[in-house]
Amino acid sequence: MQPNDLDRIARQIRLRDLQAVFEAGAGHIGGEMSAIDILTALYFRVLRIWPDQPKHPERDRFVLSKGHVALALYVTLAKRGFIPEEEIGTFLKPHSRLNGHPNCNKVPGVETNTGPLGHGLPVAVGMAKAAKLTGANYRTYVMTGDGEMQEGSNWEAIASAAQFGLDNLTLIIDHNRFQQGAALKDTNNLAPFPAKLEAFGWDVTEINGNAMDEIVPALEHRGGRPHCIVAHTNKGHGISFMQDKVDWHHKVPNAEQYEIAVVELSEAL
Amino acid sequence: MKDVINSPKLHDCRDAFVAVLERLGADNPKVVAVCNDSVGSSKLGGFKSKWPERLVNVGIAEQNMVGVGAGLANGGLLPFVCGAACFLTGRSLEQIKADIAYSNANVKLIGISSGMAYGELGPTHHSIEDFAWTRVLPNLPVIAPCDSIETAAAVEWAAHYEGPVFLRLSRVGVPDLLPPDHKFEVGKANLLRDGDEITLVANGTLTHRMLKAADILAEQGIGARVLNMATVRPIDVDAVVAAARETGAILTAEEHSTFGGLGSAIAEFVVAEAPVPMKILGVPGIFAPTGSAEFLLDEFGMSPAAIAEAAVALIARKSSRT
Repeated sequence: MQPNDLDRIARQIRLRDLQAVFEAGAGHIGGEMSAIDILTALYFRVLRIWPDQPKHPERDRFVLSKGHVALALYVTLAKRGFIPEEEIGTFLKPHSRLNGHPNCNKVPGVETNTGPLGHGLPVAVGMAKAAKLTGANYRTYVMTGDGEMQEGSNWEAIASAAQFGLDNLTLIIDHNRFQQGAALKDTNNLAPFPAKLEAFGWDVTEINGNAMDEIVPALEHRGGRPHCIVAHTNKGHGISFMQDKVDWHHKVPNAEQYEIAVVELSEAL
Repeated sequence: MKDVINSPKLHDCRDAFVAVLERLGADNPKVVAVCNDSVGSSKLGGFKSKWPERLVNVGIAEQNMVGVGAGLANGGLLPFVCGAACFLTGRSLEQIKADIAYSNANVKLIGISSGMAYGELGPTHHSIEDFAWTRVLPNLPVIAPCDSIETAAAVEWAAHYEGPVFLRLSRVGVPDLLPPDHKFEVGKANLLRDGDEITLVANGTLTHRMLKAADILAEQGIGARVLNMATVRPIDVDAVVAAARETGAILTAEEHSTFGGLGSAIAEFVVAEAPVPMKILGVPGIFAPTGSAEFLLDEFGMSPAAIAEAAVALIARKSSRT
C-alpha cells in the first residue's frame, strides 16, 4: 500500500472517528486525530497480522498504551477486518465491548488492557523479550502519549529494553505537545525526548507523525537497539479548529462544529 | 496430629516453591522466572544456574516487572513473577489490576516473605495488606499455603491453571501439616481436625498455630474444628456455611490486617448466609512495632494459648445468645 492510499484510509478513519465521537457524545478526539496516521500505517502497511486469526502466534504486536484513544483503534481494527464496521455505532453504549479503553478479552486485535497510563510499554517489553526467548520473529510496537511519558514506569521499561537488547521493539511517542489540561511544556516538560532515549541506549528517529512518507520508513527501521520514534503530531490533526487546542483533548463538537469538521475531512477524501 | 504439629522439623516454603519451579522448568521450556533483583530472597539461584536466559531480572522496578510478566505471557511463555509480597503487591497494584487480572494474563504472581516475615524491618516491609488489595480483583485467585506440602501442590496447580494467580508465601518455618500426597484444589478448605463447638480457620503460618490452639482446647474438653483455608478468593463458601451452622462460632487468624483479609472474606458470607458470633485475629489495623514474626504474632494475640482463650470467649458469646 502506497502513501497516497494510506492517506486516503487515514482520512476515512478520521471521519468515522469524528462521527462516532459526535454520536456517542464522548471520546478523546484530539489525541485520536494526532495518532490516526500512525495507526493507519501500522495496520495497513507495517504490521504482519491476520484479522481472521487475531491470536496467531507469529503476529506482530501493537499495544495502544494511550488507551484513551481507543476509538481510533476500534475504527482502525474495524476497517482492517478485526471487528464489524457497523459495530463502531455501539461505542460507549451499555454493554458494548467498545468501551472507552480497549479490552483484549472482548475485542479481537487488542493485545492487553490499557487505560491507566504508563502500562503499555512495560508489557511491550515483555512481549519483545518473549520473542527473544522463544526465537519468534514477530515485532512489538507500542504507542504512548507524550504526556504519558511522565509516568515513571515508562522509564523503568526503557532501561530494561536496552538492558535486554530488544532490537525487536519500537516505541512511538505521539508528541502532540498537549496533555489533558495544558501544554506539555507548561506541565512537566520532558521534551525534547531524543537525547533522553539515546542516553538510555535506544535508537531514535524524529518524524512528522502526520506525514505518511515519514511514518512508514520510520516504522520499518531495523537497527541493533530498541527504537523510539518521536512522532511530532498535531492534536486534532485534520480538523482546522481543533488543531493544537488543548480544549479538544476530550471535548465533543456541537452540531455546527461537527458539520464543519465533516466538510473538512470529506474534502480531503 | 499432635506429633505432626509439634514436629521440630520446620520448612521454609520458598524451598518447596523453587523445587517445583525447577522441576516444571525442566519439563517445560516456557516456564520463566521474573524478579526484581530478588534472586536471593526468592531463592531463584538454582533456576538461574540451570537456565540463566530464562531468569528475567528487571532490576528494582516492580511496575515494570509485573508489566513485563504480562507481556511474556502474551508471547506464549509461562511467567512466575517473584518479589517480596510487600513490593510486588503494593508498588505494582495497578499493574496487577490492569495488566494481569483485567487482561486475564496467564501470570503467576509469587509474593515472597509475606505477612510478618520481615518483622524486624518494620511496617514498610510487613505485607499485611496484600489479601485486601488483591482479593477485590476479579480473575485472580489469592492463595496462602500453610506448609511446604501445600506450597508445592499449589505451585503445581498454578502452573497448570490457565489464568492469573497470586500465591502468597512466607519464609517463616512451618512443619508439614498436610499429607504428603495432598492435592491442591483452589477454593477448597481442608478439614484438619473436626469438632462441633467452634471452628478455627486460618491459612499460611497461622494454620500451625490454630492446630496447637485446638490441642489446648481439647485438653479443656472443647471440640474445635480446624479448617485450613489457603484460598482467600474464591472463598470456600460451603465450608464456611457448614462451619457456622454446625459449630455456631468462627474464629479466624491470619498474618494480615484484620481489615480486608481472610476473616473479612469469611465474614462477608457468614453475615449473608448463616450469621453466628465471629472473631477475626490479626494485626488490628495499625502499623506494627518491630520484632520477629513469631514475636509479632504473639503480640497480636495469636499465640496458641491466646487463640484458645479467644475461642473460649467466643464460645461464651455463642451460649449467651441462646
